[in-house]
Amino acid sequence: MQIEFVSPEDILYSGQATQVIARTRGGGDIAFLTGHEPFIGSLLTCEARVFEDGGDVKRFAVRGGFVSVTGSTVTVLSDAAVPAADIDVVAARSDLADAEAALEANPEDAYAKADRDWAEVRLVTAGERDTAGSH
Amino acid sequence: MPGGAERILRRRIGSVSNTKKITRAMELIAATRVARAQQRARAARPYSEQLTGVIENLAAGGADVDHPLLREVENVERVAFIVCAGDRGLAGPYNAQILRSAEREIQAVRSDGGDYRILAIGKKVVDYFTFRGYNIDSRFAGFTDNPTYEDARDVARRVRELFDSGEVDQVDLLYTEFVSLGTQRPVVRRFLPLESTAVMAGEGGGDQAALAGFSFEPSAEGVLEDLLPRYVEARLFTALLDAAASEHANRQRAMKAATDNAEELIVKLSRAMNRARQEAITTEIMEIVSGAESLNTTDEETNIETLMTGAGDRA
Repeated sequence: MQIEFVSPEDILYSGQATQVIARTRGGGDIAFLTGHEPFIGSLLTCEARVFEDGGDVKRFAVRGGFVSVTGSTVTVLSDAAVPAADIDVVAARSDLADAEAALEANPEDAYAKADRDWAEVRLVTAGERDTAGSH
Repeated sequence: MPGGAERILRRRIGSVSNTKKITRAMELIAATRVARAQQRARAARPYSEQLTGVIENLAAGGADVDHPLLREVENVERVAFIVCAGDRGLAGPYNAQILRSAEREIQAVRSDGGDYRILAIGKKVVDYFTFRGYNIDSRFAGFTDNPTYEDARDVARRVRELFDSGEVDQVDLLYTEFVSLGTQRPVVRRFLPLESTAVMAGEGGGDQAALAGFSFEPSAEGVLEDLLPRYVEARLFTALLDAAASEHANRQRAMKAATDNAEELIVKLSRAMNRARQEAITTEIMEIVSGAESLNTTDEETNIETLMTGAGDRA
């Protein structure tokens, strides 16, 4: 099946895959195989895995958005989707520190929370951390 | 002093050709930037089309939500204006047009006894309204050439703060729409509240059956609620990209006109310079001839020799 990652600025990835795993809001991890029923779901900021036709597994850090499955196409629309190899770990660490400092000042800051989740997911996807914190 | 006028003209021609080199360079730079801006607008289309399509289909399918972004107010009193122009000038009428129509809109709200907020995108907008004594709610600058989604999100965040808190009843967006390379026009669009889902479904051509048989996570309404804020950001981003392309297209045209004018001026000045030089030469010849006449000698050859060796040596 065809899999596409689309960001507001560009199509980030497009390829053929046998399976895609992502995490939806309220539904936990969900895997899409060829022939999945038509589906639209809100995505959490999470790590997505694409099992390519050649047998490779590509890992992406995905910043929210939604996934739609129609026919034999899976489309992930999100603010950002970064392949594991392209993640800037240093930037992610400093973003995490900034977000945590902002949360220290105001624990209700929704934007800082989103920034923190995004930084954590990038670190996890890059293999710098085992799992996201217990938030 | 013969030759004085010629020297002055030569200097002016030099300075005009230098200006021409600069405007020509700016024209070429703007031309490549228009192309890049158009390319970026094209690349951004799949996202906004998919997003809009899903929203319209969800709305047509009967998903109805009570989202703050849809909150309509009966008597609109406080209006926020997102005014999007450039950071730099030298773009022909680009900045002036949008600023003039923004001021007109603001005056209209004021004369109805309403209140206004200005969200200024671009240094020129900040300068214009500061100079005229308007209050500016927030300033965004430094990205109008080449906006990123991150920039759109920053603006959208402030817009939502104002709208969600009820500080404003309506948000209008003013920017320059890029119709084609030859046509860009300033437009005023209602930005918030969003059209009700029923209108979206009808006008956007949402297909009620398009999503039949779909399953949703968490639910059709839940998905729609998640999508609306993204829709706001995506619309703003599209406008920023349009405005950037318009700015470059306007600059390209303005600089082309300046280059053409410089060329014309060089031709005119060259003509004037040639005339001045010819006049100087004629004057000099006339002086020599009349000088020779006044010597009043009979031997013509001696006379010419005298002139050539210099009149002063002759004792």
